[in-house]
Amino acid sequence: MKKFMFVNRKAPFGTIYALESLEVVLIAATFDQDVSLAFLDDGVYEIVKGQNPKGIGIKNHAPTYRALEGYDVEKLYVERESMDARGLTEADLLVDVEVLSSTEMAELMAAQDVVLSF
Amino acid sequence: MLHIVNKSHAQTRSLESCLRLARPGHALLLIEDAVYAATRGGAASSGIAEASTRLKVYALGPDLDARGMAGRLIDGVTAVDYGGFVDLVAEHSTSQTWL
Repeated sequence: MKKFMFVNRKAPFGTIYALESLEVVLIAATFDQDVSLAFLDDGVYEIVKGQNPKGIGIKNHAPTYRALEGYDVEKLYVERESMDARGLTEADLLVDVEVLSSTEMAELMAAQDVVLSF
Repeated sequence: MLHIVNKSHAQTRSLESCLRLARPGHALLLIEDAVYAATRGGAASSGIAEASTRLKVYALGPDLDARGMAGRLIDGVTAVDYGGFVDLVAEHSTSQTWL
């Protein structure tokens, strides 16, 4: 089993990256790998509560983050600096996450076998 | 002049360039990922808090709703719907999109 980390740095709807990341995460989980997700920079916005993209004609993929637990994907990490810079707190997020400092995040990244960036 | 910005200020410098070159009294419409720039927590670093005192700043409501940001819009920025978007384009003789 390899340690896969998916690094999410983009806001949810302006690009296709957030959705593509989610799809690859689900594939990796299917192959029984050690999967973790990191949210930094605008990626923190992917897991903000209350998203409703009906008005812009895009499917709401935010609920999928809540379903990750069912695929044994339970390691979700948020960089504190990115969250703070956006005026967000853990209470604003739709899933349970572990909040890490930049230093802790860097150490975690360095400990992976594979890092995939979105 | 109507300025339109669609990228996050944390990802590109489009908004920064727009704010540098927009003249007082101009209108600025934030759409797509640019709406984050007008939210509490983002408005100070994006420059929108300061810009809203010299420009007429608008943000597209459906983009705020999509992102869960409708309740976080700062004072001094007006949310508009798609009809309002069309009105802004029609009201201004020129518009510039900062891609």
